[in-house]
Amino acid sequence: MLLVLVALPMVSADAQRPRTDAELDSLTRSVASQLRCPVCQGESILDSPASLAQEMRTLVRTQLAEGKSPDDVKAYFVSKYGEWILLAPPASGFTLLVYALPLAALLVGAAVVFFAVRRWTGAPPPATEEPEARIDS
Amino acid sequence: MNWWRSLIAMVIAVPIVWLLASGMGRDPREIKSPLPGKPAPDFSLPVFRVPDSSSGTTVAPSGGLRVGDTVRLAQHKGEVVVLNFWASWCLACRDEHRVLSDVASAYAGTNVHFFGVLYQDIPENGRRWISGMGGQTYPSLEDPKSLTAIDYGLYGVPETFFIGRDGRVALKHVGPVTPELLRTQIERLRGSTFSPGDTALGRRAQ
Repeated sequence: MLLVLVALPMVSADAQRPRTDAELDSLTRSVASQLRCPVCQGESILDSPASLAQEMRTLVRTQLAEGKSPDDVKAYFVSKYGEWILLAPPASGFTLLVYALPLAALLVGAAVVFFAVRRWTGAPPPATEEPEARIDS
Repeated sequence: MNWWRSLIAMVIAVPIVWLLASGMGRDPREIKSPLPGKPAPDFSLPVFRVPDSSSGTTVAPSGGLRVGDTVRLAQHKGEVVVLNFWASWCLACRDEHRVLSDVASAYAGTNVHFFGVLYQDIPENGRRWISGMGGQTYPSLEDPKSLTAIDYGLYGVPETFFIGRDGRVALKHVGPVTPELLRTQIERLRGSTFSPGDTALGRRAQ
């Protein structure tokens, strides 16, 4: 993902220049790592040794070599397989919940801990007063 | 205070239980295809086997096709095309082979064309398999590098695509086809052009 972000401005700034082999390798790895292998279980086409995954990697590289952007290549696969093909679902629409729910759960948890701790720390005074009173007496 | 706590617990628990329950009722291998309703990806594939009469069945006219010729989908605009992806290593393909050949024979000479596309396999294996299965009544195409398979969003075989006279994918069927499915879909597509409300989704083969 980071690679794509770093590579994108470079590509758009100099779209006419053909990509070098090293750039193509790096972009292909980056895009392939984000695409799900259709015949595997939760593996990207970068990691899978399946022949379909290999052919998809070749196609990713071919499209990148033709000058398509990584987003264009991903959009091509989404148009054929649906958003299922993306290992990380897009942070929009219904799938935004996937990202928002853990954050919401963390906030709710933090609030619960905060109130619980406040209650616990607020409780001791009456308990400590009693022994002191006994000593005094 | 208790009712308040119960309400909060319900608000948290009900959506989670609903989410898990809906996940349990879903077949994880069933994947919606975005293709139905969209223009069928064009292809240009070489023929590696044409129907012959040695199988004893009526053969669909190959339109003068010979081994090595190229079939382009664009040439069949205005006709119904049944595109079946298969492989010699695919067990489920055995189950549907006779059905496809019989129905293709029944539509011989009409505006309905059947094509078999070999997936992740070599033509030699495909030819041997077809001979072993008693022949095939429609042309078989080869898909080097699986470019057409990827263009059609293929997950596995068998998968069958019904392409309407308007050149759009009307239905993707995953798993072996039945004579009823073939006839129903073909008749629907022959009768009228595709209407988007009729899109149906295939199910993942078991």
